[in-house]
Amino acid sequence: MRSAGLVSLRGLGSVLASILIFLVVWEAVVQLTGLKPFLLPGPLRVAQALAANITSIGWHALVTSTEILVGLVCGLGIGVITAIQLAMSPAARVHVRPILVFLQAVPFFALAPILTFWMGYGMAPKIVMAMLIIYFPVTSAFFDGLMRTPPGYLDLARTMGASRWTVLWRVRIPAAVPALASGLKLGAVFTPIGAVIGEWVGGSGEGLGYLMLLANGRAKIDLMFACVVILAVITVLLYWIADWLGERMTRRFS
Amino acid sequence: MPPSLRLEGSASYRGRAVFRPLSLEIGSAQWTCLLGPSGVGKTTILRLIAGLEDECEFDGRIDASDGQPLPGRVAYMAQTDLLFPWLDVLGNTLLGARLRRERSDTSRAEALIERVGLADHIAKRPHQLSGGMRQRAALARTLMEDRPVILLDEPFSALDARTRVEMQDLAAELLADRTVLLVTHDPAEAARLGHRIHLMLADGLREVAPPPIAPIRAYDDPTVFACQSELMALLRAPDAHAGAVR
Repeated sequence: MRSAGLVSLRGLGSVLASILIFLVVWEAVVQLTGLKPFLLPGPLRVAQALAANITSIGWHALVTSTEILVGLVCGLGIGVITAIQLAMSPAARVHVRPILVFLQAVPFFALAPILTFWMGYGMAPKIVMAMLIIYFPVTSAFFDGLMRTPPGYLDLARTMGASRWTVLWRVRIPAAVPALASGLKLGAVFTPIGAVIGEWVGGSGEGLGYLMLLANGRAKIDLMFACVVILAVITVLLYWIADWLGERMTRRFS
Repeated sequence: MPPSLRLEGSASYRGRAVFRPLSLEIGSAQWTCLLGPSGVGKTTILRLIAGLEDECEFDGRIDASDGQPLPGRVAYMAQTDLLFPWLDVLGNTLLGARLRRERSDTSRAEALIERVGLADHIAKRPHQLSGGMRQRAALARTLMEDRPVILLDEPFSALDARTRVEMQDLAAELLADRTVLLVTHDPAEAARLGHRIHLMLADGLREVAPPPIAPIRAYDDPTVFACQSELMALLRAPDAHAGAVR
């Protein structure tokens, strides 16, 4: 236990060290080449912009995070329901699955304008974008899990006289939880992209995507970089949460 | 008294014979061993009796001596323990009741877990148990079902030699009053446990006389050794491994 903690602490240390080296090199490049700040601001300028606009960035970050989280939860829920539906109904497998496979090939970013057209400038189209991104990995991973229940479990349940739905609830779903967790881990980190693209297209005056566009348009590149940093932080946090949750789910059910 | 069973018929898979016409008797409150090499159709017979076989075409009949249908009266134990990793030993023992949405008789389950020697491990999950302990838990789950007919598909074959002997002793003791069909490829196991021993080879089924003492027999008894050698010789006969006959 102690050694594991030490290793991860050392890991954190080396991560911080490499970030520091990156920042130093970045600042040095900017200083030595004399690049204009409106082309590439150094990290110090970005930090200043972040500090100066912290309330505004915080507010927009909150909006974006809300879109991501709501999209994540909805996409997860609908994905789980779809997977169960597919697993329980051979007719659904025949008719719905090819459509899903086709839809998976659709570049959803191209749909952002039409989503805005349909749903207006509010949060809804951004949530749907985030949702679409998590929906497919979750659906296909969970569906695979549900179809790959160890046959011995099903044999045992049959000799015990379990009904189809009890087998689903008490055997197939718990056995598929690790697969669901891997779908979640896979998809969660991409949801911020969906939300931000939604914000770029459907300028609602809110969200980090909107703020980035605004800063870019006014040549406030340091502010734009500050938004990118915050977005990266949100993504990393999301990755950690999804990883932690996925790990817990996997350990509980396998 | 649990029923005796009789299986008569043949099975095929996509027009290919899995086993040719045969007749198998499984005595009431006895251990019937079905011994044979892999791929000869032993497990198919067990799965047919368990009502689990969907792939094969079975042409024949399976009857219980009391004329009652078999579904709901068999318990099944496989080579792998089939413990659910998200349930602890108690939860796995109570699985049948959970799956039928019945009230769980926890105190009976606890008593059975104690009888198989897992009282100290009742709240542990399968990954915290050794292979032998896991098979004990599977035995507790099988006993919990309290069915007159017990179907065992090589349940001891993955255990180490010492644990296997222990599990055979325990199973023989706890399942003494049931009608048991044991599918195995281990002559020593059949010689120790069988009231009757049926040898299943590619050319059909034949009965081999068990050692003249009552099971469960000591693994080092000379008559067990003799029976074991005889079974081994029959298994090694040139045509024994021909696989399913067309």
